[in-house]
Amino acid sequence: MEQQCRDLINTLAACMVAGGTDPNLANLLSALLGVVLVATLPLVTVILLIWVERKFAARIQDRLGPNRVGPFGLLQSVADALKMLTKEDITPAGADRFIFNLAPIIAFAVVVLIWAVIPFTPLHVGSDLSVGILYFVGVGSIGAVKVMVAGWSSNNKYALLGAFRTIAQLVSYEVPMILALLIPVMMAGSMSMQDITRAQGGMWYIFASPLAFLIFFISNLAETGRAPFDLIEAESELVAGYNIEYSGFKFGMFMAGEFMHVFTVAVLTAVLFLGGWWGPGVEQIPALGFVYLGLKTMAVYFAMLLIRNTVPRFRIDQVMNFNWKFMVPLSIVVVLVQAFLMRITTSLGLAPNEAGDFVSNLPQTIVLLLGNLAIIAVVLNMIRNRGRQQRLADEAAAAHSDLAHPAGAPAGD
Amino acid sequence: MALDTFAPITALLVISVLVTFIILVISRIFGPHRPTTRKRAPYESGMKPIGPAVRRLPIKFYLIAVLFILFDIEVIFFLPWAVVFRDLGIYGLITMGVFLFILTVGLLYEWKSGALEWE
Repeated sequence: MEQQCRDLINTLAACMVAGGTDPNLANLLSALLGVVLVATLPLVTVILLIWVERKFAARIQDRLGPNRVGPFGLLQSVADALKMLTKEDITPAGADRFIFNLAPIIAFAVVVLIWAVIPFTPLHVGSDLSVGILYFVGVGSIGAVKVMVAGWSSNNKYALLGAFRTIAQLVSYEVPMILALLIPVMMAGSMSMQDITRAQGGMWYIFASPLAFLIFFISNLAETGRAPFDLIEAESELVAGYNIEYSGFKFGMFMAGEFMHVFTVAVLTAVLFLGGWWGPGVEQIPALGFVYLGLKTMAVYFAMLLIRNTVPRFRIDQVMNFNWKFMVPLSIVVVLVQAFLMRITTSLGLAPNEAGDFVSNLPQTIVLLLGNLAIIAVVLNMIRNRGRQQRLADEAAAAHSDLAHPAGAPAGD
Repeated sequence: MALDTFAPITALLVISVLVTFIILVISRIFGPHRPTTRKRAPYESGMKPIGPAVRRLPIKFYLIAVLFILFDIEVIFFLPWAVVFRDLGIYGLITMGVFLFILTVGLLYEWKSGALEWE
């Protein structure tokens, strides 16, 4: 008992039993405490993230960003939240009141729910589901429901049109996202997030399959409605999409949900492809894993911020074509090639017998990496050829029209 | 077993819904509430709203939805396959290759028949 109670953070339940509490009650209390912590984490980070996001965007646009409220403007989001609380909450006439009010709750709760399966350290995870990936896919899909509910119940043409477009985008990009998720599952042989992280001890999956990482990253940009896929909002061109009729804190719920979703998928990318909590010394001090996971998450998050602030927006037809004519075929090819190469390496005896060992992972990773590079080379070549054909066709058309209407001739005579 | 893994998720669901609900109630208490007819009218760029908001939807959204249902269900089938991929051996690779081939042929057919064009 003395031994078990050494580390209070890691063995709370055992400690309480040692202190004379009923084992069932101890388990329940420690689980509840964990859940409260898991639920608090995204709520607290979102306040900080909005500040990070605004500062980052401001620096890129050569501005200062928020710097008045609190030190470095850190309390700006708190002030904004307080302001939103005092705003009038308008329900439009003809709206379906119940589901109109339900939509922001769904938007917010769904994102918090994803955090249940994220492993923070080797010991701390909300719930180590054996079907963690499936759970993420399922809960993530509810995001489309919130859009439909909000757009349909608003009794507004803009909201409904925006909802159609948003759902078309969300459901389309789910296909390549799930296909990319297959690769970590395939390599780890498990759908549990904790197992997938543990299997990356020797080698992060981004090295074995950079293409799967890229596909997952890009489809997540689209899933979260981030630039360059932010035509859901397109604040400089359209009135807001499905959430146009929401005011006050209900709108704030949608906004906070979106910010949290971006951060959540950054965490997931870190867990699935960047080795999660793995880092030097994490096996001795499990709490360090939290720091490593945070660092990796911030790396992914900053990549998202950089893309958001530097890349111009797509048109809706480009978004759909890019998905169905590029991402889906590419992800199918990646899954096939990856499965084939893994089969070959297993047959040749190159498969790692010890997942945590760097050297035993090396042969398989090199084979898979070469396979990925070959796919990238082929795809780039196809794009180049298409570009050339397009250019030649354009030039031929231009030459033809020059013959028909010689340059310099007065027009309209 | 099942209770152990899903109890935290249920608790998380209850907590997150409760927190959101409380925040919404607080904003209802602190915010003003003086609805007028004009305020409650659906936003239509400042014009008077014309006709009902719920109207027919363009067919292309329907096509995307059908495509999604086909692909999403088929892709979900891959997840259990991916878990036992290493144990299935060459048999698993071939069967899923055939499945994926049929899926790809379907995608190519839709592509060629113009279902993926977005006007």
